[in-house]
Amino acid sequence: MPMKTLLTVACASVFATLSVGAHAQISGNTVKIGVLTDMSGTYSDLAGAGAVLATEMAIADFVEKEKPGFKIEIVTADHQNKADIAANKAREWFEREGVDTATELVTTSVALAVMKIAKEKDRIALISGAASTPITNEQCNDVTVHYTYDTYALSNGTAKAVTTQGGKTWFFLTADYAFGHALEKDASAVIVANGGKVLGSVAHPFPGSDFSSFLLQAQASGAQVIGLANAGADTTNAIKQAAEFGVTPKQPLAGLLMFITDVHALGLQPTQGMYLTTGFYWDRNDETRAWSKRFFDKQKRMPTMVQAGQYSSIYHYLLAVKAAASDDSQKVMAMMKKTPVNDFFAKNGVIRADGRMVHDMYLVQVKKPDESKYPWDYYTVKQVIPADQAYQPLADSRCPLVKK
Amino acid sequence: MEIFGISTALLGSQLLIGLINGSFYAILSLGLAIIFGLLNIINFAHGAQYMMGAFVAWLALTKFGINYWVSLILAPVVVGALGVVLERTMLRKLYKLDHLYGLLLTFGIALIIEGIFRDQFGSSGESYPVPELLSGGVNLGFMYLPIYRGWIVVAALSVCFGSWFMIEKTKLGAYLRAGTENPQIVQALGINVPLLITFTYGYGVAFAAFAGVLAAPVFQVNPLMGSHLIIVVFAVVVIGGMGSIMGAIVTGLGLGLIEGLTKVFYPEASSVVVFVIMVVVLLVRPAGLFGKT
Repeated sequence: MPMKTLLTVACASVFATLSVGAHAQISGNTVKIGVLTDMSGTYSDLAGAGAVLATEMAIADFVEKEKPGFKIEIVTADHQNKADIAANKAREWFEREGVDTATELVTTSVALAVMKIAKEKDRIALISGAASTPITNEQCNDVTVHYTYDTYALSNGTAKAVTTQGGKTWFFLTADYAFGHALEKDASAVIVANGGKVLGSVAHPFPGSDFSSFLLQAQASGAQVIGLANAGADTTNAIKQAAEFGVTPKQPLAGLLMFITDVHALGLQPTQGMYLTTGFYWDRNDETRAWSKRFFDKQKRMPTMVQAGQYSSIYHYLLAVKAAASDDSQKVMAMMKKTPVNDFFAKNGVIRADGRMVHDMYLVQVKKPDESKYPWDYYTVKQVIPADQAYQPLADSRCPLVKK
Repeated sequence: MEIFGISTALLGSQLLIGLINGSFYAILSLGLAIIFGLLNIINFAHGAQYMMGAFVAWLALTKFGINYWVSLILAPVVVGALGVVLERTMLRKLYKLDHLYGLLLTFGIALIIEGIFRDQFGSSGESYPVPELLSGGVNLGFMYLPIYRGWIVVAALSVCFGSWFMIEKTKLGAYLRAGTENPQIVQALGINVPLLITFTYGYGVAFAAFAGVLAAPVFQVNPLMGSHLIIVVFAVVVIGGMGSIMGAIVTGLGLGLIEGLTKVFYPEASSVVVFVIMVVVLLVRPAGLFGKT
């Protein structure tokens, strides 16, 4: 059967050429990055358009510096903080538009939904905005990177600092949804481990606007510190009203998740003296200032840690695509995990087996109004929390990918 | 002393806070009730107009240095005037149609206004300081009451009862009520009914803006501040009886108190308790507690 043999050989060689080609190539010679974020809701200031800008800056810088042989495209969408909208968009991007990675993903429920679809479709999820620890624990997978911060690092930084400085008894104002409860749980563990005590907590509706009732309950508890296990407008309203009702400064507040945009919105008067933990502060060194000023020129706001982390994660991803000469998610992930992150955002940042990018975190204190010398001069960095202490130890991980 | 395991001091303070929040409900639902009662329009833009009131005050202060007391008059006038434009150019065309059309139009306008403000001012909001004269607080023994919160109750109640008096007891109020009851006859008597209706809408909208200025120093001035509140206020109006002026005031205050108590005994339910009451009232007395069947 010479004819059939000939055909088989021909087919085999064609397939061989094709598959070799595919290995060394990037589909369509284009890397497509999707930014799925909150463009209009409560988190749009801390992520939103600023995250899109950070992505564009990362791509432009990468093209200029690395001169890649492939094209890079960006698509964006507003997920409105709804997991179902985000899931549909991610599916559409992966299935029909050839998007290689869905990024940003603020709001825990959104991140959890999209990372599951990324796994199913074998694409990558780069999470910068969402905070909850299940992303790298029970729900972890091998195509997701949790980049900027998480609830463990936040409560570990802030709750530990405040407790060891004498704030031994706590009362929590907790946003009544998964994120708020996760934050309270993580923080309570840290407080107890450092010799403190949690006297009580009240779960307030999300979103809330009047916190006076809950603040008075916190006041009646007699706790030394009131922990705010909430975010966004809930946090800013609670801080404002605590000052109004004379709860602060007698019982100082500890904001477990606060962004520089929140401090900016409230001003320094009601926020002064508060401790908070952040993954990035624009005014930390020359490198962070240089990048942040470029960001500010376009956005008219200084970047939040989410936006700075978004830049860093995109840049790191593109470097990995170039080094792997492929957009195959497993190859890119392997390269991302192998290479340390070194830029203005992180020094020697490492992506662990559970998908957690560990890097130094910063415990900062909000300045007094008379200490602030120029616009956005809001924080004093009190302590650098080294990467190996900032995040949940791998030994405690509940992620099945971690070999013990 | 304790009641159900809650100290009387805490209970007292929660009731007072309930009354303060109830004042907001009262003043917002009153504006809605006036507009519905006299125009038959379900004004879904009320929350956005409340937000605009707060923003006008904030802009006036930060851009032009206009103080709180002036804003208390200025913001209702500015936002009320915008309401008049809205009524003249759009709402007017819908009076002959079903209520639903007015609702849809104002709902769409509310979304557009909120979108514009979000685009211009972002979502984290702006801070408005408490005016000098009303800053500080008094120790009532059972709680520390910020003077400004006390002012809210006084201001809201005086405006509410003033309006009730005007509509129910004065000649202008009688024209208004007659004009909506039977426009042809009132018109025949030489009264400009369309102008009366325009004025009424502007007046109801001004109420929302007034509440917005009252709220500015307490809450973060935020493009979404109205949309969170408006649904509760609608429930208040339904419970009180659509279009009932006194119903809106009394129910607003009463529900504020009930919500305040829920925040002590079962805080998780505090955002739904008003709606539970609404469902019960609709089943038992569909016209509302003060509505005429």
